[in-house]
Amino acid sequence: MSTAADTPAPPAGQPKRRIPTLNEMPWWVEKVVVPVVFLFGAALLPFLFDSGSGFIGTCVLALAYTVMALGLNIIVGFAGLLDLGYVAFFAIGAYTMGWLGSGFFSQVNNEEGWHIFVSGFAASLPGIHVNFLLVLVVAIIFTTIAGMFIGLPTLRLRGDYIAIVTLAFGEIIGRSAVNGDEIRLAAIPIIGGPLENAFGAEQTITAGRQGISPVDKVDLPLVEAFTSLELRPWYWVGLALLAISLFVNFRLRDSRLGRAWVALREDEVAAVSMGVPAVKTKLLAYGTGAAFGGMAGAFLGSFNNTVNADQFQFFFSILILGMVILGGLGSIWGAVLGGIALTFINFELLPRLNTVPSKVGLDFDLSEINFGIYGFLLVIMMIMRPQGLLPERRRKMELTEDADVHDETLYTARV
Amino acid sequence: MSEAATSTNGGSILRTTNVTKQFGGLTAVSDVTFNVPERSIVSIIGPNGAGKTTFFNMLTGFYKPTFGSIEFDGRNVTGGRPDVIMKAGMARTFQNIRLFATMSAVENAMVGQNARMKAGLFGSIIRTPGVRKEEKRVDEKAREELSYVGVARRHHDWLAVNLSYGEQRRVEIARALASDPKVLLLDEPTAGMNPQESDQLTEFMRKLRDERGVTIVLIEHDMKVIMGVSEHITVLDHGEKIAEGGPTEVRTNSRVIEAYLGKAAAEEVAAEAERKERS
Repeated sequence: MSTAADTPAPPAGQPKRRIPTLNEMPWWVEKVVVPVVFLFGAALLPFLFDSGSGFIGTCVLALAYTVMALGLNIIVGFAGLLDLGYVAFFAIGAYTMGWLGSGFFSQVNNEEGWHIFVSGFAASLPGIHVNFLLVLVVAIIFTTIAGMFIGLPTLRLRGDYIAIVTLAFGEIIGRSAVNGDEIRLAAIPIIGGPLENAFGAEQTITAGRQGISPVDKVDLPLVEAFTSLELRPWYWVGLALLAISLFVNFRLRDSRLGRAWVALREDEVAAVSMGVPAVKTKLLAYGTGAAFGGMAGAFLGSFNNTVNADQFQFFFSILILGMVILGGLGSIWGAVLGGIALTFINFELLPRLNTVPSKVGLDFDLSEINFGIYGFLLVIMMIMRPQGLLPERRRKMELTEDADVHDETLYTARV
Repeated sequence: MSEAATSTNGGSILRTTNVTKQFGGLTAVSDVTFNVPERSIVSIIGPNGAGKTTFFNMLTGFYKPTFGSIEFDGRNVTGGRPDVIMKAGMARTFQNIRLFATMSAVENAMVGQNARMKAGLFGSIIRTPGVRKEEKRVDEKAREELSYVGVARRHHDWLAVNLSYGEQRRVEIARALASDPKVLLLDEPTAGMNPQESDQLTEFMRKLRDERGVTIVLIEHDMKVIMGVSEHITVLDHGEKIAEGGPTEVRTNSRVIEAYLGKAAAEEVAAEAERKERS
């Protein structure tokens, strides 16, 4: 067998079909030049706009949503586990911020509050106030655990069935957030007593639709406290979170774990028989993917200044999934592009479109069909470019370069 | 006679005892006792639906035997997890090639070494010197194995889907070999190969055994390959072991002929043999 060391070159005259390899783009272009240019440009962007402008506000949202898209990309893109309940991690991250950074638990410590590494205004308020960086860590831990927990019942399922279970979990978390204002900590069996002593008899789990508000602003060492009027600092914190997420994504993609994820996605039976432990590998995908949701969720809780149960709707999971698919499943830069594009479509383009009917004299509320427009854009996109805007090279090749490997469908056979 | 051949060999690496697999009312494999001496090449043959692949799936942990036990390398692995059994040193290939289509040939062979790697989540994020070294080592080993099975060097970075059928088969073997297995299970490796390629593969199996001491268990339909390479053959039919022994023994066994060609043919062959003896 080893005698066939080299296959003969294709005969002259025949056009040589170039077969692309995975190493088309030098690694330093993808991992050094592009990120540095992108992050440097993005860091300078806010100087072009007024620091309190709505545009920067949308940019901050875009950054946070992109972090979530990168997280979901690990679960759906790398490991191929279709997760329709990503909003759960946004909720858990945001509530971590709400619980640990607001006056919500107003009764603690005889109404004087607990303060851990907080300075300025928040240090004198009742309730629990923990430094933002610590909240981030706690949010990451909470969401990682939640991600693995949600992943557990899906381990024996495949494809669409995973989607249904995760969708249900997302709804459970969302409903719990809405109705949490009716659940008193003191009423919880067994541990209710000590909880009542610590938090007071009337303390509930969430503030429901009313929302936990205000929430502490990001409080970093050596930097002035953030305010709702100056949005540039928020932007840079969001950008830093995105940079961390990008770094982790790239590192994981090209690692033993990243290969194990792709192997499981491609062929679970073969992967397992090659020594990839399915349970552990899948749970790690759920856990790490969820951690990004928690990180961005905590940041958004602080930025929005409210943790409101109405934020955690099913639509949000679809929004984030839409970003991943728009960019190209499994593609890191695709998730970034998709995250930015969909945020701007959602928060800049559609609100602007809403003013069009009244300008041309139509009595028609376009915001009623926002979802319709949004869905229409996605459908068009899926027809024009099913592999996504910046497809992962693997998928691009799979979808375009080797049509002969795939079975002909009835549709292609007719052409 | 065949019993003696199996029981006298002390250096057995894989042994099944009365293994049975039932799917509801259907008995796919029934009471098979099977012994593989170390550094040997053995085959399992039988007509379609005889339970050969089911038997393989039990050896590699995909099915848990209904009854019976499997002992591998001195350890009882009955009903163990596939990835754990793989780690213990039993690698396999599949009847219909199951490569990771969108991974390159090298990456495929790197996944094969997954069980031999240590890098964890945080180590991979920080990329410690140890992880970096390991990545490099694994990449080199993957390329080495690909060259060893005869995948052209310039095809190493091609996606598996773009490789030719024969090369995909080789990559699959390289992926299994990358984990340095003690036993290699090949499920119809020559399916779809031309005679020349089959010959090369037969040659390769011998080389593999002689150079690396790998024990090979083979499911095959191509009689030329089986008779050429196997030291011991086990014949399954309807889930039962109907014969075993060396190639010549099996070839003349009337139950084997009956299973393959029917009762009439078996009688004819027997009569033929008798006539030859008389004359």
